[in-house]
Amino acid sequence: MWRWFHKLGSPKYFYTLAGRLIPWLGGATSLFFLAGLYLGLVVAPPDYQQGDSYRIMFIHVPSAWMSMLVYTLMAFWGLVVLVWRVKIAEVLASASAPIGASFTFLALATGSLWGKPMWGAWWVWDARLTSELILLFLYLGFMALEAAIEDRRTAARATSVLALVGLVNIPIIHYSVYWWNTLHQGATVTKLDQPSIHLSMLIPLLVMALAFQLYYLTVLLMRSRTELLARERRASWVIEMVQER
Amino acid sequence: MNGSSLPRALLGLLRRDLLIAYRHRGEVLNPLLFFVIVISLFPLGISPEGRVLATLAPGVIWIAALLSVLLSLDSVFRSDFEDGSLEQLLLSPQPLTLLLLAKMLAHWLITGLPLVLAAPLLGVILHLPAAAMPVLVASLVLGTPVLSLIGAIGMALTVGLRRGGVLLSLLVLPLYVPVLIFGATAVEAAAAGLSVSGHLALLGSLLLFAVTLAPLATAAALRISIG
Amino acid sequence: MSLGEFLHMGGYAFYVWSAYGLALVVLALNLTQPWRRRRVLLREIAAWLREERENP
Repeated sequence: MWRWFHKLGSPKYFYTLAGRLIPWLGGATSLFFLAGLYLGLVVAPPDYQQGDSYRIMFIHVPSAWMSMLVYTLMAFWGLVVLVWRVKIAEVLASASAPIGASFTFLALATGSLWGKPMWGAWWVWDARLTSELILLFLYLGFMALEAAIEDRRTAARATSVLALVGLVNIPIIHYSVYWWNTLHQGATVTKLDQPSIHLSMLIPLLVMALAFQLYYLTVLLMRSRTELLARERRASWVIEMVQER
Repeated sequence: MNGSSLPRALLGLLRRDLLIAYRHRGEVLNPLLFFVIVISLFPLGISPEGRVLATLAPGVIWIAALLSVLLSLDSVFRSDFEDGSLEQLLLSPQPLTLLLLAKMLAHWLITGLPLVLAAPLLGVILHLPAAAMPVLVASLVLGTPVLSLIGAIGMALTVGLRRGGVLLSLLVLPLYVPVLIFGATAVEAAAAGLSVSGHLALLGSLLLFAVTLAPLATAAALRISIG
Repeated sequence: MSLGEFLHMGGYAFYVWSAYGLALVVLALNLTQPWRRRRVLLREIAAWLREERENP
């Protein structure tokens, strides 16, 4: 088991393994998306209060969950980079950032689209959306720092520190934003948190959540492979592989 | 290495930074001036009406403080980076985290403390109720060091970069949000006559948290940026 | 439920379909961008190899 981990650290092995996994992951992703979309858009009944607009939740909530999960993973890989200096961890963290930022953006945009018919405004400073906005800034900061540093390995280590600092701060930010929101509660009561969710809506939500996770893995491997190729372009294994094509 | 060299090294560093600041005291006043000017812009941009200003005052003062500290962060490391003393710091046998704490203390004394002292006056011109003044000062005393400490991490990450200034803001401002929220709401609560012990406790916890962890992250970041 | 009703989404058609459409665009972009970049990279490396062989 331990040897497999060690093997995984080898760029060539990772590249080929990822290449073999991607089609399977992609297939599974598509299946779950189709199932989730069918269950969420067709099978699930309209909501008593929100009618059909609540269906946006099936995109909004999984996106928000993923935005948090991806940042946590980025920080975890950052730790691996700082402690063990594993190249693959550098690549995984770097590849995750744009995906996580996309999820965050999607959560914000769909949150806005969901909120407009409900609250009459395109944007409300509710706790969840405000937290997501700050998370987007954290992602963008990560990507900006990475882009600003020339040497790839230094960039990886610097962004690792940033990701860990960000991760430690996220609970504090969440707590402060939720607290701030309750203090100014007069404005709106957030409807994005359903008090208790009906099973017919919970199942599509979970299926979509799984679809999003599989999607993340698929895209992660695709981006990582490409990133690895770019970083290792003069390595012997890359040259051999290109010659064989 | 004799046992008393750590305290001596720390005091030496503190003295040095304060001395340099004193020699350039014109520059040191800039963040304070920025603080005053920014606050003055709000009545001009929004409304001079007393009631409106009083509502805005806690947030405005806190945001201005936050931006002023951000502006001053450059002074913490950049000149030391340019003259090589930052590298010397990394090579020192003393623990880097403690040396950085000393540096952060110096930075706060130079930047944060003037803001704290100026705040009541600015509270007056923003029609902040007198009852809120002590809490304003207390919240800034607890909060501005946190801003220095967090800002140092960002500074350490970007010190070697050419146009690190704007990037620094992007990295550090999201991390400032909790301090801003706890600080501003403390002052608002005081202005409304409510209890502030919870707010100040939260600020105090943030300070403790920052003092223990931020130097570690700053040290790691410096080693990466320079080492 | 008829197709018309489905598309109508109880009057919320614009919001619901914009949200799902946006998701489709964002997710598709994340898929195509690395795919295309990889192909470009492979071509670049192959070209570099050919040059190296011709001008040792």
